[in-house]
Amino acid sequence: MTAKTDLSSTPDSLPSSPLIHDSRTLPRWSPWAFLGGSLVVATGLLALIGTPTPTGVALLGAVFFAISLTAYSARVEGRRHATDRFATTLVTAAFGAAMVPLVSLLWTVLANGLPMLTASFLTSDMVGVYGDIQGGVLHAIVGTLVITAWATVISVPVGIMTAVYLVEYGRGALARGITFFVDVMTGIPSIVAGLFAFSLFTIVFGPAYRAGIMGAAALALLMTPVVIRSVEEMLRLVPNELREAALALGVPKWLVIVKVVLRTAVAGIVTGVMLAIARVIGETAPLLLTVGYVAQVNADVFNGRMTTLPVYAYREWSQGRVGVDRAWGAALVLILIVMLLNLVARLVSKYLAPKAKP
Amino acid sequence: MAGAAALSAIALTLAACSSNGGTDGTDGGLSGSLAGAGSSAQEAAMAGWRAGFEEQSGVSVSYDAVGSGGGRTQFIAGGVAFAGSDAALDAAELTDAIARCNGGDVLELPVYISPIAVIYNLPGVDAEHIQMSAATIAKIFDGAITTWDDPALAAENPGVSLPSTAITPVHRSDESGTTKNFTDYLAKASGGAWSYDASGEWPIDGGQSGQGTSGLVGVVTGGEGTIGYADASRAEGLGTVAVKVGDSYVPFSPEAAAAVVDASPAAEGANATELTIEIDRATTAAGAYPLVLVSYDIACATYSDQGEADNVKAFLTYVASEAGQARAADPSVAGSAPISSALREKVQAAIDTISVG
Amino acid sequence: MTVTSPTRSPRTPAAASGGTRSRRRSGRGFYGLSLGAGISILVVLAAVAAFLLIEAWPAIVASREELDAISWLDASSLAVYIGPLIFGTLLSSVLALLFAVPIAVGIALFISHYAPRAIAQALGYLVDLLAAIPSVVYGLWGALWLQPVIDPFFRWLSDNLGFIPLFADYTPPARNVLAASTVLAVMILPIITAVSREVFLQAPRLHEEAALALGATRWEMVRMAVLPFGRSGVISASMLGLGRALGETMAVLMIISPGYLFSFFLLKPGQHQTIAANIASKFPEASGLSVNALIATGLALFTITFAVNMLARWVIARRKEFSGAN
Repeated sequence: MTAKTDLSSTPDSLPSSPLIHDSRTLPRWSPWAFLGGSLVVATGLLALIGTPTPTGVALLGAVFFAISLTAYSARVEGRRHATDRFATTLVTAAFGAAMVPLVSLLWTVLANGLPMLTASFLTSDMVGVYGDIQGGVLHAIVGTLVITAWATVISVPVGIMTAVYLVEYGRGALARGITFFVDVMTGIPSIVAGLFAFSLFTIVFGPAYRAGIMGAAALALLMTPVVIRSVEEMLRLVPNELREAALALGVPKWLVIVKVVLRTAVAGIVTGVMLAIARVIGETAPLLLTVGYVAQVNADVFNGRMTTLPVYAYREWSQGRVGVDRAWGAALVLILIVMLLNLVARLVSKYLAPKAKP
Repeated sequence: MAGAAALSAIALTLAACSSNGGTDGTDGGLSGSLAGAGSSAQEAAMAGWRAGFEEQSGVSVSYDAVGSGGGRTQFIAGGVAFAGSDAALDAAELTDAIARCNGGDVLELPVYISPIAVIYNLPGVDAEHIQMSAATIAKIFDGAITTWDDPALAAENPGVSLPSTAITPVHRSDESGTTKNFTDYLAKASGGAWSYDASGEWPIDGGQSGQGTSGLVGVVTGGEGTIGYADASRAEGLGTVAVKVGDSYVPFSPEAAAAVVDASPAAEGANATELTIEIDRATTAAGAYPLVLVSYDIACATYSDQGEADNVKAFLTYVASEAGQARAADPSVAGSAPISSALREKVQAAIDTISVG
Repeated sequence: MTVTSPTRSPRTPAAASGGTRSRRRSGRGFYGLSLGAGISILVVLAAVAAFLLIEAWPAIVASREELDAISWLDASSLAVYIGPLIFGTLLSSVLALLFAVPIAVGIALFISHYAPRAIAQALGYLVDLLAAIPSVVYGLWGALWLQPVIDPFFRWLSDNLGFIPLFADYTPPARNVLAASTVLAVMILPIITAVSREVFLQAPRLHEEAALALGATRWEMVRMAVLPFGRSGVISASMLGLGRALGETMAVLMIISPGYLFSFFLLKPGQHQTIAANIASKFPEASGLSVNALIATGLALFTITFAVNMLARWVIARRKEFSGAN
């Protein structure tokens, strides 16, 4: 991604050539002037008919801005440039419109979760907690990490080997079939994965069986296709020259794959795995069906219920009162864990990446 | 892989930090752990009971509030030692439960009694409670009464100025014991104004609804002119209805809820260990509040394991004790109604039958 | 993730001959391992279908009397019960897709071709982070923040356009299918954006520069060089988003007032429900045959996502022939 961004920096860096652009252009500051003007007009208009609200001003101002700038540009610069200005406005507006819910989401979580984020909240569980006692999320953090770790252990080897098969060996109908079914797997709804794990384990171990591994199996089912897809992409990015050079030296193919292809792609693979983890770590529905909820720390994945952060958040929300605060706290902890994993992934891939010596 | 290793390392470290795991028994030889599952109505009270019992005995109790149906299923399957359920076992379940209990008796103990409040959000009405008869409530939830200034409501609330706001009834979208008790009340006390049977599933299609108690309370709070029904402990900040009993209007209170339970007969098929109650919804007893939820703790009279039998017996004894009931009754815990001493005696007699066989 | 990479699949020459026997054996072992992993994918998927079918079977073959015993199932048959659920699932997901795709393409273009580079990287990170936010949080946010914010807008729609059945009969609070779709749209926005952005960044740089050198405006360059290249990527990103929306459980569960109708009253509460949210809502109290019936609805959901995926592949395959990609 970074490399590509380099190349496709914005065309601002390419000054419009006066040889081709014979028409007049608006000065660079004009969009800002129009924006300010539009907002003032919108505020004024809304003040005339009632009290202006921020939302109203932003919406009406954006409409005024798009119309006035496009119209003015059409007069001065011509139709093509007016279209360009209009498209720029639309793209920016789409971005702005999307930022409102996304930023408010992060803000809501921070504002509600931060007051809960104390040392005791992070280091105690819910044993002996009732009424207005604050309680804690330690058991949920342990549960989330253990279950996600098991899901990773199950899905990563399978995912990497499948990707190796598809990229290095796969030919013909079988490879095409696997590719297709990996796509299908990508689309499996998480609740269906939960139902599958529930059916599988209750048929094999009896209807009362509950254990973290059920959740891990469901998550692994959701994770595997994501791992395959990203590893596949990474393997395909390894230049063929490397493979051919190694093969020409008489290295057997499997060793080429292990020592050259996987080694070259390792940084990308780690990033891909981390993204896959981030994808499943917040899953709620399958864990709600399978893993249940307990108050104490349980690190044994094969025996008994476990609590995970998303389920904890949902169940505490259902409890109401103090529970709602706990739910926000748990949500914030979960987001922090995801951020931490992302950071670790970046560091690890930086450290593992083969050092290119020019 | 590196990620997995890192994750599990962190998890193990965290688990090691926990000081709460596996405390040894300190009292009367009780030790180990005890697992229960079931009714989510009991969840808050259970949290209080578990904490109190652990302090006393050192036995760690877990309770998975999967829902009454799930609790009964898991109890019958032998996955948990006891279950919490808002409904008594039906005939088929009872047969299975007896088989699960090594052929012995099954205990059904009414240890959690909670008033259900009819809650509304009507800013600007300063009356402490709006008064309604069961028939009026039934008509509101059935859609026959659609505005707050309806003559039927005005007649029951002399001196209260009611706005012309539209009424938005809100019900539970999931199957629940609260809904079952509420519809049972409407069916039996409304004198025919409610044409549906009692059921845990809301009988009318459409309309506003919320998932779980929190969902429902959220909808009632989020709208204007909304009315719903929820466990009374969650009514804080909302208006509550005083329901008509006999010739007077009774707001919910723990005492009024306990009063109706004492005034109610035993259910059909009840015996010394299955203490099921048929709540008298149409009661005219003074000061009784007939809109209550009774939730049972279900256990076996005979367990195959000595430790398990001792733990269940000690835990249920604590739950039924004055201290246990008082803890659940704390408004910050569950705000339930403590059982009367007459009922406690019967419950304790049933608990005393628990043994190993 | 299902992005078609411009890099061609490597055609490795046949493994060099020679080497000791043990080497060859390890070679074969490694090949077997990778083949086994590939086949295990097929086995697992077959197992998913099989286990769901096994568990759903008792409900599928149950008689009408047996089904009547399930408290929430007052339909004449399982199919009649699932029908409105499928409708609700598709309606909410397709609406979410309609809202999300144009905006996601806009954001992706903004990040890839409009924003200054430093900002673009930070934004890319933000979008990646949002893709990882658990759905419970979206549900909490939807109930707490979005419903009051969206309420005046719905009121306005219902008051002014209420003569169109689509927008009639709004009852606050906003717990209708349109509110649920809005939350779903916000949820799938990051994933569609992330994938589209990657594709747009891969648009051939030479084409872009050529367009600009010929005097094209930035928009003309995007339209001629970037969008045609990215089209199939955007479609597969949308399908990924659709898949996510179809299966989304918690947010819908916490936001919609469910109902079981074939209804186009988008603003009316108690009209629609999705399969996933219905399972999560009913599962806790279910036992016996009702569990089987719920798993049967899960099987239906599985089939729908399967079909959507087939459709997506078909569309992409057709599109590829006309687009500039490869």
